[in-house]
Amino acid sequence: MSEIDLETARKVAHLARIKVPDDNLPALAQDLSRILTFMEQLAEVDVEGVEPMTSVTPMRLKRRADGGSDGNIQDKVLANAPDAREGFFAVPKVVE
Amino acid sequence: MSDLNALTIAEARDLLRKGDVTSVALTEACAKVIDGAGRLNAFVHPTPDLALERARAADARIQAGDAPAMCGIPVGIKDLFCTEGVPSQAASGILGGFHPPYESTVTAQLRDAGAVMLGKLNMDEFAMGSSNETAVYGPAVNPWRVDDRDLTPGGSSGGSAAAVAADLCLAATGTDTGGSIRQPAAFTGTVGIKPTYGRCSRWGIVAFASSLDQAGPMTKTVRDAAIMLTAMSGHDPKDSTSADLPVPDFEAMLTGDIRGQKIGLPREYRMEGMPAEIEALWSRGAEMLRDAGAEIVDISLPHTKYALPAYYVIAPAEASSNLARYDGVRYGHRAALGPGEGITEMYEKTRAEGFGAEVQRRVMIGAYVLSAGFYDAYYNRARKVRTLIKRDFEEVFAKGIDAILTPATPSSAFGLGEMANADPVEMYLNDVFTVTVNLAGLPGISVPAGLDGKGLPLGLQLIGKPWEEGALLNTAQVLESAAGFVSKPQKWW
Repeated sequence: MSEIDLETARKVAHLARIKVPDDNLPALAQDLSRILTFMEQLAEVDVEGVEPMTSVTPMRLKRRADGGSDGNIQDKVLANAPDAREGFFAVPKVVE
Repeated sequence: MSDLNALTIAEARDLLRKGDVTSVALTEACAKVIDGAGRLNAFVHPTPDLALERARAADARIQAGDAPAMCGIPVGIKDLFCTEGVPSQAASGILGGFHPPYESTVTAQLRDAGAVMLGKLNMDEFAMGSSNETAVYGPAVNPWRVDDRDLTPGGSSGGSAAAVAADLCLAATGTDTGGSIRQPAAFTGTVGIKPTYGRCSRWGIVAFASSLDQAGPMTKTVRDAAIMLTAMSGHDPKDSTSADLPVPDFEAMLTGDIRGQKIGLPREYRMEGMPAEIEALWSRGAEMLRDAGAEIVDISLPHTKYALPAYYVIAPAEASSNLARYDGVRYGHRAALGPGEGITEMYEKTRAEGFGAEVQRRVMIGAYVLSAGFYDAYYNRARKVRTLIKRDFEEVFAKGIDAILTPATPSSAFGLGEMANADPVEMYLNDVFTVTVNLAGLPGISVPAGLDGKGLPLGLQLIGKPWEEGALLNTAQVLESAAGFVSKPQKWW
């Protein structure tokens, strides 16, 4: 049984950039433990010499010319932004 | 003539071409029943004005004599598809207010073929769920019921399935990452096909797990699925994984002749504790295909047992990467910040407020299995197991098997709220018969095959060879006719 402790749960939440209040960490740790235990069945499989799948259909990805296909649509790009100013996405201060 | 909204695509197409009905009349009939079906919570963003405008244009096109099969047909669109100027929020709070300035390739193809969009359909948030209960809109409700309890239409394409089963539209789009078209189709007595990975463009469909996601039609009949899939398929330069292969006229491949076809029954799908009704239905389905001239063969897919755990590593890993884009910067929800809070708090609060519990869980599982120290043990191992699962199918197809028959779901529709206290893993078991198909990239279709003892629909699944949706649909239609499923839910809503 895979045990996720509170510290690991807190770390995973931070990796995922999701704020989890301390009160909710025990329930989260329990859920994650159950799911990971379920996944541990995979350890039974003999995967010696097996390639990890990278593409489910045996086809070569198409290439295209390295160029733009559209452009000059700044208004459309910014139209859904929660905060857009002077042609840019605005975010809280990143550097002190 | 039956009510216009109850027509199939094929019936409506033929009437439209003969001039016996107009697209405006079909569209108005659907809009009226959608208005009266609020209880089903299937259409979450109806677009009646846009629909009428498109219906008028379709009528003009039909009169001019240039009408593809889907021209004038009113359809519903799953909320996962981006539709220009129309809310598209993947049933998530984090995409509240999002109006895409572009149209997904699949819905653009349907639109350009003259299909009439009636609105956007409910679903599980980011397509993560098997009961439609993770939707920010609240669950869609199954039009089938046996007492006063509301039942799930399944998920994630629950709104699509409910709308088609309740005749709110002639057909709908769905998407399927682990069973999200086939399970809801089975729960509602409708037809749903997930085509071969790469058959339909994924461009403009909100991504869940990119190596597994595929769009497909949800319809009242197999013939309709063939018609609509033809219109949805094709190569798209904007999706490098979409296949550059010709799209056949799938409807023309419905010959009704399956003599000499070899149909495999995988012994590993005979799960412990499987309800006797499901087992009996499966055997009846095999008999029907045998009576139609097919040969029934017992086969083995030895890695089946590991499909669910592999899926629940791979899908969350891809989801955690795909959903990283919801950060409160470019679109959708942004959390209000307190004094002194910076960009990290903005990301963390935005995502905590915008994502529901199941999405949060999967994004975190994904982050965990991809994190340093666990990548090989979980993610790489799951991808190796996926190779073995695909190999199982390749080996049976190499032995001459043409299609595989299995149950679609381990049960009929369950009650909304019934799984509320269940372990997340219990809900995942809904996908047990369907995930293998996504992991192997194969086409799979759910066909309504009968009612259980309670009077609820049950489906059977047929799995086909890559790119052979035509042959698969043909076998499915034989099964459909033999099963003779004609039941409809009694209107109570």
